[in-house]
Amino acid sequence: MGSFTTLLYKETLRFWKVSFQTVAAPVLMALLYLVVFAHALGGRMPIYDQVSYAQFLVPGLVMMSVLQNAFANSSSSLIQSKITGNVVFMLLPPISYLEFFGAYVLASVIRGLVVGVGVLAVTVWFVDLRMVAPLWVFGFALLGAAMLGALGLVAGIWADKFDQIAAFQNFVILPLTFLSGVFYSIRTLPEFWQAASHLNPFFYMIDGFRYGFFGVSDFPPLASLAVVAVSFALLSAACLLMLRSGYKLRQ
Amino acid sequence: MTFAIEALNVEKRYGALQALAGVSLAVAEGEFFGLLGPNGAGKTTLISIIAGLARASAGKVRVMGADVVDDYRRARRMLGVVPQELVFDPFFTVRETLRIQSGYFGLRKNDSWIDEVIHYLDLGAKADANMRTLSGGMKRRVLVAQALVHKPPVIVLDEPTAGVDVELRQGLWKFIRRLNRDGHTIVLTTHYLEEAEELCDRIAMLKAGRVVALDSTRNLLENFSGLVLKLRLDRDALPADLGVEVLANDGGRFTLRLRDYAGLEEVLHRLREAGATIRELELEPPDLEEVFLRVMAKH
Repeated sequence: MGSFTTLLYKETLRFWKVSFQTVAAPVLMALLYLVVFAHALGGRMPIYDQVSYAQFLVPGLVMMSVLQNAFANSSSSLIQSKITGNVVFMLLPPISYLEFFGAYVLASVIRGLVVGVGVLAVTVWFVDLRMVAPLWVFGFALLGAAMLGALGLVAGIWADKFDQIAAFQNFVILPLTFLSGVFYSIRTLPEFWQAASHLNPFFYMIDGFRYGFFGVSDFPPLASLAVVAVSFALLSAACLLMLRSGYKLRQ
Repeated sequence: MTFAIEALNVEKRYGALQALAGVSLAVAEGEFFGLLGPNGAGKTTLISIIAGLARASAGKVRVMGADVVDDYRRARRMLGVVPQELVFDPFFTVRETLRIQSGYFGLRKNDSWIDEVIHYLDLGAKADANMRTLSGGMKRRVLVAQALVHKPPVIVLDEPTAGVDVELRQGLWKFIRRLNRDGHTIVLTTHYLEEAEELCDRIAMLKAGRVVALDSTRNLLENFSGLVLKLRLDRDALPADLGVEVLANDGGRFTLRLRDYAGLEEVLHRLREAGATIRELELEPPDLEEVFLRVMAKH
């Protein structure tokens, strides 16, 4: 195996070995959200024509799980390696910064997609759902997971302790996903909060992903994809610059 | 000539702290080289720069002729490092750890060498055990194995025997010596000076980020340490103007420091002239601890 494939293998094996915590738990969490919110809000929340609240909710929960787990994978893996010191095993061999970036981000994408498929597989037992445009679904899931994987890597490089990763997760990732229209359509919001939602990059990922299921969305899907792609490109550039300079890793 | 390791005017600053203040040294291929110094002297910083774990503020480092920054891929393939801290990845078994480490170096089919390393380091019984379950000594062996998976010609060991029991220490040195005999260059840092004295061909001593001594172990011992002479005479006093340093005088038992063997002849000559009779005589050979303390005191 080459450096890149080995690092990818190691990162994938790492979360797979604790899949109860890294895959099963987030799937259960999404299912609980579905049961509670669909019960509490079903019929009370105006949604697209012909789309029930539960149907509307499922793609949002899937994408939310994809994004949160992609972020969790790269950020927690790297911070653990840094704190326990075993990051040296990856810094001593001839692994280029591009290989390092690629392996961590791709492993995050894999974790995100595995959890996403898991959530979908469980929720379709409860909710009748079809994908009208599967390519959009896949495209947004892939790009969104990659973006959060890169963001997780940035956070993992920057943070010096678990605390900071947890703060990032609870004060940035969680509010941005909750306020991105997972549980509601932003058209139901007052005008100010609609406009504010458009500043949230997570909104475009959720909205575009949902378009793949229903063929309708709050924002044109191609424009959403462009927003996500540009966000991913900017984050990747920042991350690659950090890695190339050795910031916090090769002091 | 290609050196195993070549450092040229290496400087390292961490903010206001000058960890390395212009270190130059060269380690020849096949050498067993010791890097000594008190805590905070810069040994680990220098090793980190050689290994690419840290970047020098100024200066150049080459491993087997490959620059550790510009030609890092070749430099890192040539180098195996056993870190000082007892680090491990708790997710994997010993064998997984070694396979993954091989893969990082781009080695696909490395199982026969991994088996060999496992055998030599006596890790066979624990090969499929999770790293978490291993004792400290076992973890240390895995660290050595990890440094060797890619058969590097140059091996750096940063205090490999700190906190290791006697048996493992002996086994480890036997193994490292074998590697050295097989042509591997060994660079070692340790606080056990008798180990360094026994193993190293050449020694560099670092203090406050500078090389304060760099010579063959033999020369260091001869030039710095001198000999310690213990005498018991038939009288309570030494002849006056003996011209040597008296380290102790315990009622007829004297401990003297001699610069060299010529000094011994001189002392015996003076004693004979004074008519003194020697009842007991003991000559202690030079030791590295003495050299180390003297060098550190001098700088």
